[in-house]
Amino acid sequence: MKWLLVAIIVLATTAGEVLQAVGMRRHGEIHDFRPGALGRVAAVLAKSRYIVAAIGAMAVSFFAFMALVSIAELSFAVPVTAASYIFETILAKYLLKEHIGWKRWTGVLLVACGVTLLAF
Amino acid sequence: MHSPVKALQLKTRIFTAIVVLTNVLGNSLLSRGMQSVGVLLSLSPLPYVRALFNPWVAAGVSLLIVWLLSHMALLSWADLSYVLPVTSIAYVLVPLVGRFFLHEQVSLVRWGGIALIVLGVMLVGRTAPRTTPAPVKARGAHA
Repeated sequence: MKWLLVAIIVLATTAGEVLQAVGMRRHGEIHDFRPGALGRVAAVLAKSRYIVAAIGAMAVSFFAFMALVSIAELSFAVPVTAASYIFETILAKYLLKEHIGWKRWTGVLLVACGVTLLAF
Repeated sequence: MHSPVKALQLKTRIFTAIVVLTNVLGNSLLSRGMQSVGVLLSLSPLPYVRALFNPWVAAGVSLLIVWLLSHMALLSWADLSYVLPVTSIAYVLVPLVGRFFLHEQVSLVRWGGIALIVLGVMLVGRTAPRTTPAPVKARGAHA
């Protein structure tokens, strides 16, 4: 059960964050942080298929995470979800066409290894 | 006046800080609340809705909503492959808070993990937050 939840969390987090990145990139940079302007941004984003799908995936990931922390310790739950780092970085390169040089690859790998070590 | 690059860097730092703090506090409050709610393994939404009435869970969920929104704002101008590793400095804060405020023991292996994360974040932090061109349809002539 524990590992089924971990699999759901990793898949849903990866899908959710990549869809968020696609949706936000299509929206463009947010410049204006006044409440009225942010309300308009929210109205535009609520109509984006990518953002709606992203929030759906994040909700699945959130409830699976809630279930996981109710049966396992937080120090187990947080590090195992680090697997999504590798998947997300690969998708960022091939799907989002981000330029990932040696600094970013090394950084992501160090972070993923570090998060895993925190489980012990 | 700041140059556009510096302004973007400052904006990125501020939002990274908001994302990290709401993530750490939100998850800690949620975890604290779930301990008193008890085991939650159900496909029915009712037990989840009931859990939301626990004040710790409610506070945690509110902070996690702020986390999601600030994370989305950050992704509107920064790469996913930048945001992902840089915001993971949050993982370092949890054991550090435990060590310095709650006087918990941090094992040698965990110190190693903390060091690796800090190194990784420093490396990624030295790259430009955005490596892709801004979308053509962006409003205004800010670029």
